[in-house]
Amino acid sequence: MQIKKKGKHIITSSIEHHAVLDACKFLEKQGFEVTYLPVTPEGIVRVEDFKEALREDTILATVMHVNNEVGTIQPVEEIGNICREKGILFHVDAVQSFGKIPVNVDDLNADLLSVSAHKIYGPKGVGCLYIRRGTKIQNLLHGGGQERKKRPGTENVAGIVGFGVAAELAIKEMKEDSDKLTKLRDKLINGLMERISDVKLNGHPTKRICNNVNVSFKYVEGESLLLSLDMKGIEASSGSACTSGSLEPSHVLQAMGVPYEFIHGSVRMTLGRDNTEEDINYVLEVFPEIVERLREMSPLYQ
Amino acid sequence: MGKEKTKGGLNMYSEILMDHFTNPRNVGEIKDADAVANVGNVVCGDTMRIYIKVKDDIIEDIKFKTFGCGAAIASSSIATEMVKGKTLDEALKITNKEIADALGGLPPAKVHCSVMAADAIKKAIEQYREKTKEN
Ligand code: FES
Repeated sequence: MQIKKKGKHIITSSIEHHAVLDACKFLEKQGFEVTYLPVTPEGIVRVEDFKEALREDTILATVMHVNNEVGTIQPVEEIGNICREKGILFHVDAVQSFGKIPVNVDDLNADLLSVSAHKIYGPKGVGCLYIRRGTKIQNLLHGGGQERKKRPGTENVAGIVGFGVAAELAIKEMKEDSDKLTKLRDKLINGLMERISDVKLNGHPTKRICNNVNVSFKYVEGESLLLSLDMKGIEASSGSACTSGSLEPSHVLQAMGVPYEFIHGSVRMTLGRDNTEEDINYVLEVFPEIVERLREMSPLYQ
Repeated sequence: MGKEKTKGGLNMYSEILMDHFTNPRNVGEIKDADAVANVGNVVCGDTMRIYIKVKDDIIEDIKFKTFGCGAAIASSSIATEMVKGKTLDEALKITNKEIADALGGLPPAKVHCSVMAADAIKKAIEQYREKTKEN
């Protein structure tokens, strides 16, 4: 990267997706220095921390718009403002927010912004990187003139067209979808909190994307919860060590300082536009029994 | 969130394992147990507790409580089934490999869960022997 002459400091957050974290780790090996900002217990980056992390040689900041595990909406606008003032390149990972809340590169002061098609009901394997005019980035591949030489190769036309249509629809139906999902989300969260004891909401109650539910149940382990939910036709995921192939608990929940016993019993459910109130009622009906059964088996539960 | 069942537990577990996870055998406590052993799993922080009741050197009753993944719960269940009615020496010989095999195999990342079950049984028996030595 030619940019190294200008400086070698990068700022990101500790709750980024691996797509960003792994890239940062790679850049560290190339001699860049990376600051991983901490987050509040509710999973939000503090603008103050960002300001403090700034250095003379900071050249790039990359922060996600919405966290994929706990759904928290990050203060990217403010961070973008600061970057603009200081002349720092700003990349926003908008994979989780695009199509659900307004994403405007000018409002966010983003120089770079990435989005993925499959998160908005588009085809898998397509995404896009917005590059503000005048922002210089190196070619990713070499070998042709396509995509302004940045990523040459014959275009995946079907994917691109599918993505375009999905984006159009997502924007058109954004308000309606997100109002509906927010209602379902809150019904699910509140219902679980009411019906089950020793439960904790992970993330922020309101600074939260409309489709994300992430709750933890003490005394039960996440994978056994997922198995039980799966048998009832409910698809979920967990931040528990036992569910991650690497046996590492969720880096996001760890960064938030969620106690281990709660990370173990964490469950994320993602709502989609096809979900109905009936689905939520069904989940609320079967969930307490599942937790109860597993707690009965747990040596930690008295 | 369709309501149709998916087969074979998250596509990584056998039918036998899922049966033991869904209908675990010997789960619970023994109030007047002769030995109670707790084992923790250093890999992922899970725990298992085994209660045994011994008569004439034979495991007359055994119960477990497990906090852990599906493989851990199923391992505890099948392992207790395998040693119930066995002599202490026979029970001590049960290996984690035999437990995993009995479950129809375990994915590599889950082998340590069967180790936890084998260890818990060993520990309970050792504890029982310690105790009876003293008397
Ligand atoms: S008990 Fe954690 S992976 Fe099995």
